[in-house]
Amino acid sequence: MIGVIDYRAGNAPSVLNALERIGVPSLLVSSKDEIDEVHGIILPGVGSALGTMESLEEMGCLDVISKKVLQDGVPFLGICIGLQVLFEHSEEGDTKCLGWIPGVVKKFSQDMVRVPQIGWNEAEFTREHPILSGLGKREFFYFVNSYYVIPKDENMVLAKTEYGVEFCSMITHKNIFAAQFHTEKSGAVGLKLLKNFAMIAGDAVCLRKD
Amino acid sequence: MLTKRLIACFDVNNKMVTKAHKFQDNIDIDTAENVARKIYEDQIDEIIFYDIAASAQKRKIDIDTVKKVARHVFVPFTVGGGIGSLDDMYEVLKAGAEKISIDSMAVRNPEIIREGEMAFGRQCIVLSMQVKRVEKTAKIPSGYEIAIDGARFFTGMDAVEWAKRGEDLGAGEICVNSIDKDGTHEGYDIEITSLISRAVNVPTIASGGAGKPEHVAKVFTQTQASAAIVSSMLYSPRLEKNYSMREIKERLSEYNIYVRPWISGRNI
Repeated sequence: MIGVIDYRAGNAPSVLNALERIGVPSLLVSSKDEIDEVHGIILPGVGSALGTMESLEEMGCLDVISKKVLQDGVPFLGICIGLQVLFEHSEEGDTKCLGWIPGVVKKFSQDMVRVPQIGWNEAEFTREHPILSGLGKREFFYFVNSYYVIPKDENMVLAKTEYGVEFCSMITHKNIFAAQFHTEKSGAVGLKLLKNFAMIAGDAVCLRKD
Repeated sequence: MLTKRLIACFDVNNKMVTKAHKFQDNIDIDTAENVARKIYEDQIDEIIFYDIAASAQKRKIDIDTVKKVARHVFVPFTVGGGIGSLDDMYEVLKAGAEKISIDSMAVRNPEIIREGEMAFGRQCIVLSMQVKRVEKTAKIPSGYEIAIDGARFFTGMDAVEWAKRGEDLGAGEICVNSIDKDGTHEGYDIEITSLISRAVNVPTIASGGAGKPEHVAKVFTQTQASAAIVSSMLYSPRLEKNYSMREIKERLSEYNIYVRPWISGRNI
């Protein structure tokens, strides 16, 4: 069972629809108790870093989620803002974030590109990894973001994308995965990545046949 | 680098996708759910759903149909029609959409744009506008006027000014629907699309008039539009020839337009 964290301004319904499509059992998680039942956690996200941090704190689940991911090693997938809040600090609203991943979050330069970035852009993967099984070396994904992450440790970078600057569009560190792009909204390639995550989380996956 | 986006825009009425000519004489195509499934599997880049009668009939959007469509769409999904409050927006997002399109309601109450941006972020708010070519006047210097309620009422507002104001208020994208070109299949209104795409920093979506891939190529080469709506080309019975996404994208590539490539065997 994959738990999708439900918080104000998150886009949990889209992620649940995507998991349903690929036959992965899922649960909308909005309280501490429910987190115990899952063996993979997805933190979806839209909106601002500050708003997301505030909503997560309001939910009162942060300590449990942190323990599950950082101590128990439960596979975790962050999407969009769900990637950015893993870092130490975001320029957006001068927000202190979770600090699971060393590094910061910066804004795209409006002199160079239209901000926010809205649309399909190409991610180039830096190496092979089971979460990328069945994907090409470069794939198109749907992005919606005004900010991008800068991890301190280059080894954590799993994908790079160009938008005025070359930025890190996916990271991996132990059991933690996170993507700047919306894997739930990136067509068949995105669904494949979600399915790979569910496989890593050990969930039985059966491809739905139409 | 971002690709140019191709968007299918469904006008939905009584659960059916319907196709108009200059905002009139609608023909029903199929259920919204069926059209959504087919178009998604054909690798469309994005889908917009307008409940076209909600605003005029002063009723809430058809959430049940939105939910059904969302279960088949794993590309960005925008919903509009009859959205007049934050509660309406939240309902639609909960139903599985990630963007809200506001049109006539935003003209009536521009603050709804700001409220939506504050609550859900700029990326969530698409300001859609119905524009018609008129004589240039002091009040309408661009020569394009904003209409509302399915092009039934004219507002006296200048289209370029409204687009700029919409961006200032918090819109994340501007969708420019040409009333003159709607359903004509003779090509987009290049002039207003160009004016607006240069006037705002957020992405502009060209809408109304596409009948063949060359029209799409033209709007992407002659304006700064980031996306184009291609509904009729895909499924309008009024067109002699409908196109698949594969055909459209391959043709656009011939014009050196950067699009997400169509890839065979990629349906999940």
